[in-house]
Amino acid sequence: MNIRVNGQTLHFSKEKMTIIDLLSSYQLQEKIAVVERNKEIISKEAYRRTELKDGDMIEIVHFVGGG
Amino acid sequence: MISERYSRQQLFVPIGMEGQNQLIKKHVLIVGAGALGSANGEMLARAGIGKMTIIDRDYIEWSNLSRQQLYTEEDARLSRTKAKAAELRLRAINSMISIEGIADEFEPEKAERLLEQVDFVIDGTDNFNTRFIINDACAKTSVPWVYGGCLTSYGIVLPIVPGKTPCLNCLVDKLPQEGRTCDTVGIIAPAVQITASYQTAECLKYLTGHKMSQEMLNFDVWERTYASINVSKLINPNCPSCSEQATYPYLNKQQGMQTTVLCGRDTVQVRPNQVKSMSISALTKQLKPLVDSIRDNGELLMFTIENTRFVVFKDGRTLIHGVNDVQKARKLYQRYIGA
Repeated sequence: MNIRVNGQTLHFSKEKMTIIDLLSSYQLQEKIAVVERNKEIISKEAYRRTELKDGDMIEIVHFVGGG
Repeated sequence: MISERYSRQQLFVPIGMEGQNQLIKKHVLIVGAGALGSANGEMLARAGIGKMTIIDRDYIEWSNLSRQQLYTEEDARLSRTKAKAAELRLRAINSMISIEGIADEFEPEKAERLLEQVDFVIDGTDNFNTRFIINDACAKTSVPWVYGGCLTSYGIVLPIVPGKTPCLNCLVDKLPQEGRTCDTVGIIAPAVQITASYQTAECLKYLTGHKMSQEMLNFDVWERTYASINVSKLINPNCPSCSEQATYPYLNKQQGMQTTVLCGRDTVQVRPNQVKSMSISALTKQLKPLVDSIRDNGELLMFTIENTRFVVFKDGRTLIHGVNDVQKARKLYQRYIGA
């Protein structure tokens, strides 16, 4: 399936994929992030059960401390 | 000459002559005079903010020069304080405004005192510990501020209006600790410049009477990605920092990072209160390429760097052997463990 992540279209060969799988692929699963799917913010508790669909638009913003 | 100085900025319609006249009456506090503090400081001084205060506890090192734009080789050679060097450089850039550099730690009492006099705060810090002090102090005094963070080629920016938009504590329920800092995974100047540009733009908007963005944005200048999320719904009505029943936990010194000098052992203990457990394996992976003789015994992590020996416990408590100066220990802790 194709998912648009932070403006870039990415192809995933997996048929089933959740938000947590997506965050893991960016090594962001343990970091503090805000995730939006099709303009709706997904609560952290729902990351494991929220399945992605072809054409989903995902925005991920994670916090960093540097500066 | 005076009228010409800001002419191009005044031609920009959202600012105009009226906005420019506002800017000269404002006082901005910049917390941290590192990369973000330097970049914001230079833009705001050139923009003609009437009064600027810049506070930083650090001194200039050679490794700062790749991105901390206010400093020169001479500053590094002489180990000048960032506060003083920033003040001198900003005065040379704009002698028509008032600039004060304070070489000190932004600790809670000082934070509250400084905030009583300012209109806006720029986050130029490099750690969450200080950011949460900014967050609480700004909430308590109702001063808006803009969070900025950058690492590698990535940056994040969020304007915060206490009581009206989500604060850092609404969005981040514990101090992030993942061993990733500018001193471990690096940073490139373009990431600094973009982050600071968004911060300064929001500051100029606010000071000239415009509404700041409610979006938390991030970008990766190397990967050329960009994302922006409207976080206004995430305001926490029970937030300990910004709600009506706020207790301002980070202004209470017990809540912040605690340091204790272990007498006679040339050791400082650093204890970050907000951490319940940290991933030793993630930290090990992060530090392995940088340090000597790293060892994880399942209960704690030991490694040697910069002539000091770190012992990191699972609850985040860390012993730093080979130092007896609290400031130096804090700096080392923030450099290699984070937050």
